[in-house]
Amino acid sequence: MNSHDPFTLALSLILSGDPGLFGIIHLSLQVSLSAVFVASLIGLPLGAAIALFRFPGRGLVITLLNALMGLPPVVAGLLVYLSLSRAGPLGQFGLLFTPTAMVIAQTLLVLPIIAALTRQAIEDLWEEYREQLQSMGSGRVRAIPTLLWDARITLTTAVLAGFGRASAEVGAVLIVGGNIEGVTRVMTTAIALETSKGDLALALALGLVLLTLVAAVNATAYLLGQMSRSRMQ
Amino acid sequence: MSQMPPAGVKNPLLELRDVSFVRSGKELLARTNLTLGSGGRTVIMGPNGAGKSLLMRLAHGLLKPSQGTIVAGGNGSPLPRQAMVFQRPVLLRRSTIANVTHALALNGVPRRLRRDQAEQALERFGLADLAQRPARILSGGEQQRLALARAWALEPGILFLDEPSAALDPAATKAVEDAVNAFHANGTKIVMTTHDLGQARRLADDVVFMCCGRIMEHTAAARFFKAPATAAAATFLRGELVLDVPAPSCFTH
Repeated sequence: MNSHDPFTLALSLILSGDPGLFGIIHLSLQVSLSAVFVASLIGLPLGAAIALFRFPGRGLVITLLNALMGLPPVVAGLLVYLSLSRAGPLGQFGLLFTPTAMVIAQTLLVLPIIAALTRQAIEDLWEEYREQLQSMGSGRVRAIPTLLWDARITLTTAVLAGFGRASAEVGAVLIVGGNIEGVTRVMTTAIALETSKGDLALALALGLVLLTLVAAVNATAYLLGQMSRSRMQ
Repeated sequence: MSQMPPAGVKNPLLELRDVSFVRSGKELLARTNLTLGSGGRTVIMGPNGAGKSLLMRLAHGLLKPSQGTIVAGGNGSPLPRQAMVFQRPVLLRRSTIANVTHALALNGVPRRLRRDQAEQALERFGLADLAQRPARILSGGEQQRLALARAWALEPGILFLDEPSAALDPAATKAVEDAVNAFHANGTKIVMTTHDLGQARRLADDVVFMCCGRIMEHTAAARFFKAPATAAAATFLRGELVLDVPAPSCFTH
């Protein structure tokens, strides 16, 4: 690795399978995928329930959910930091500066995206299906799994949007994870650190991987959109 | 108001008693009594906005009446199993056969029986070859046949059809009419709306004529087409426009 060009260095890091680099990538994926998994588990049924049921304050809940889609990662990080810090309500679990804390923070970021997009998708579909499903004897609760499955393509796009947000954010994981090498260092925090240290090769290598990942996610979302238009609509 | 059922509504299956429906302060259906006998094909006719679809949705239970009740005919008997076919079929974003098995699941048919029953229903309506296709890419006629097959699988006591062939070509319309007759032959009570006078003549055993949110008459088909009891129905049958709000034509008897 004697080349002076950081771009060449970055490529050789990736191609040589540098363990430090791949450790960081592995942790990043582990944290973001876990967060997306938990957020989907809660957000899909929650969004569907908000779509189907009328209750006092529903408009407020929807507005809040939509607003939280733009929750700044550093604010999410700060909130989780305050809850998990020694003096906080969840301080006794000693989770601060662990990957678990990072998963919690990213779940908080992703959940509103998945829930809000699900709410919209399911509400549109319910509008279309309501009479037919009622005619066949389906109540609202029974309609939830039907609608979630029938909106599967749109909902996959929503989950991908959540994953895109989780994998690209730096503020939340930096605050609650602390960017500890080998423990809580992920792609985005490593890029921030290595750039400020002047190690552009590692930063650039991680940047390339991250860019590829985000491009792949968006390509998948696009293809799913095409598929749903041509086959299912 | 002549709301007399045609002579001999025997074995009443479903009764609407003093049913009215009000939305946003507007009475869309005035106090209505209607007895639907078992068997037979009842065709609901009338100009747009007369309340035909509304009446069917109330009878089917998709809408709650503002006043009045809908009861099973034989007092104390449970409501018969019902199905409805809409003008534009609403199909799930699944395969053709999955559309039928899902309906069976909603009606409590055990999982092991669903596939066979669904296949039989598809076979009956000439859709067996399309079983694995996504339902939403079927043609308009095929989609309506699937909606009918789905209803068939449920073995309903009453089948409601809301303008089932209004959007279809003659061949597909023929298929819908054949299906209606197949249900009828199977003992299913038919209640349908149509704008197509020819179709009404071909299918109706009795006619419910509506105007302005009221049932103007409920007559045996032969009599209705020969000598309607109300001026509005006579106008309607002559093919003239019955303009319904605030149509004096509805109320001149």
